[in-house]
Amino acid sequence: MPKITIPLGPQHPALKEPENFMLVLEGERIDKASINLGYNHRGIEKACEERTYIQDIYLLERVCGICSHSHTSCFVGCVEEIAKVEIPERAQALRILMGELERAHSHLLWLGVAAHEIGFDTLFMYTWRDREHVLDCLELISGNRIHYAMNIIGGVRKDINAKQKNEILKRMDILEERTNYYVKLITQEPTILARTQNVGLLPTQEALKRNAVGPTLRASNVKSDVRKDDPYLMYDKLDFKVITADSCDVFGRVFVRVFELIESYKIIRQIINYLPTGAIAVKVPWKIPEGAAVGRYEAPRGEDIHYVKANDSIKPERVKVRAPTLANFASVRYMLEGGYLADVPIVIAAIDPCMSCTDRSLVLDGEKTSSYSWNDLRLMGIEFYKKKGIDFSKVKI
Amino acid sequence: MKIITKLITWSQMKSPWIIHFNSGACNGCDIEILDALTPKYDLERFGVLLKGTPRHADVLLVSGSVSRQIHKRLVRIYEQMPNPKFVVAIGACACSGGVFDGCYSTLGGVDKAIPVSAYIPGCPAKPEAIIDGMIKLLASLKE
Repeated sequence: MPKITIPLGPQHPALKEPENFMLVLEGERIDKASINLGYNHRGIEKACEERTYIQDIYLLERVCGICSHSHTSCFVGCVEEIAKVEIPERAQALRILMGELERAHSHLLWLGVAAHEIGFDTLFMYTWRDREHVLDCLELISGNRIHYAMNIIGGVRKDINAKQKNEILKRMDILEERTNYYVKLITQEPTILARTQNVGLLPTQEALKRNAVGPTLRASNVKSDVRKDDPYLMYDKLDFKVITADSCDVFGRVFVRVFELIESYKIIRQIINYLPTGAIAVKVPWKIPEGAAVGRYEAPRGEDIHYVKANDSIKPERVKVRAPTLANFASVRYMLEGGYLADVPIVIAAIDPCMSCTDRSLVLDGEKTSSYSWNDLRLMGIEFYKKKGIDFSKVKI
Repeated sequence: MKIITKLITWSQMKSPWIIHFNSGACNGCDIEILDALTPKYDLERFGVLLKGTPRHADVLLVSGSVSRQIHKRLVRIYEQMPNPKFVVAIGACACSGGVFDGCYSTLGGVDKAIPVSAYIPGCPAKPEAIIDGMIKLLASLKE
């Protein structure tokens, strides 16, 4: 049978964002898949260097509309580390509160989109209706539904009062009841099980080899969560579980996310009930001293890494963002190959792709361009460190 | 006005079919557009129906500043739509480039690439604003 190549995207009903997959089909099976990115590249990292730290917070929030708080928390954390600022406990707690509300909104959103991809539109409408409760909480605290602008260097912008606390706790009760219904639904509904079990398999070894992160990795039975492995803010004082699944398929990813919702509600309740007292921000000078820092943050989609280099001015010298979706794309290729064409939308949706987070680089389309393979990049790295007096050439990978 | 034009305008006013395209947005506006279609706001009560292909759509909802790589594709999608067609720019980025104005990889607002009929500002535009903008666009068709 001759092989057929079909493009999927950049505009496709199954993809909510511009991205392109070239699928080589042999009958109904996918023989090979390749991913083309960069449609959403805006040049944020370069723009960060031209703006001040305070403007950068607003710019980095717009890296992604779904996990906006994660990106700013990570960036602000790096800047505070360079400036050697200790933020008040209440500010840490409020950052976690926003972060967990964001995780709840992101996972509910994802559950709806995943249900839509398998043609289960009722669940899509249900989850998006319930998600409004989370968005109302976010609006109640920060005044905005999507970009909350809560973080400032040295703390948070807004405090919460007793009335808001009660309202959030009330909403959490409603959401918990609804989420328990979803747990029942995903574990018992035959249509969901038929479309998700043994689809998009990613064994533990492959997940580790391909550097998967977040729920995708946890669904491959690896207990990895930055909140537990490398606690930031005050996560070490909170009681929550890392959810894993051993089925290594799309069902596992649904399972992990739905149970993470319940863990998020648990964290939100703990924060609200035991909110430390004190100031919500400390003053930090505009000029950030020389230094560099790497921040890790468990965004709803996985580990988010920011690198900030400061040069004793009001503008950063370099900001680098590694969003979780980029790390997961290597596993998407593995998951797609060998599967059916009809399963492509749900397999892609299962990693919760976020293109606006991912597209941090641009492929130049000209004659005088050269491309680097991973090996070339590694050799370049070895040469770079040799000049500094460190020899990595004997290390084998 | 010809009878056929009258008929098309009438049907578009009663039930405009929309297509949503992300031309380099941060996802904030996209989830608000989807939000406007879900139970709490329910844009479908005005006959608005989300379609998957530009060939079936009357209104193109564009969110996001136009990135250089997406520019060609955006124009192509616009050309694929049947006449009469309308473009709605949703969010500050789609209106003028917003926070990404001046970035090396963006062109600025959607009107740099294709003609725009309505602008809905906001970062991100709230579902209420999207509904209001759509209704105003439909009302303007009458004239």
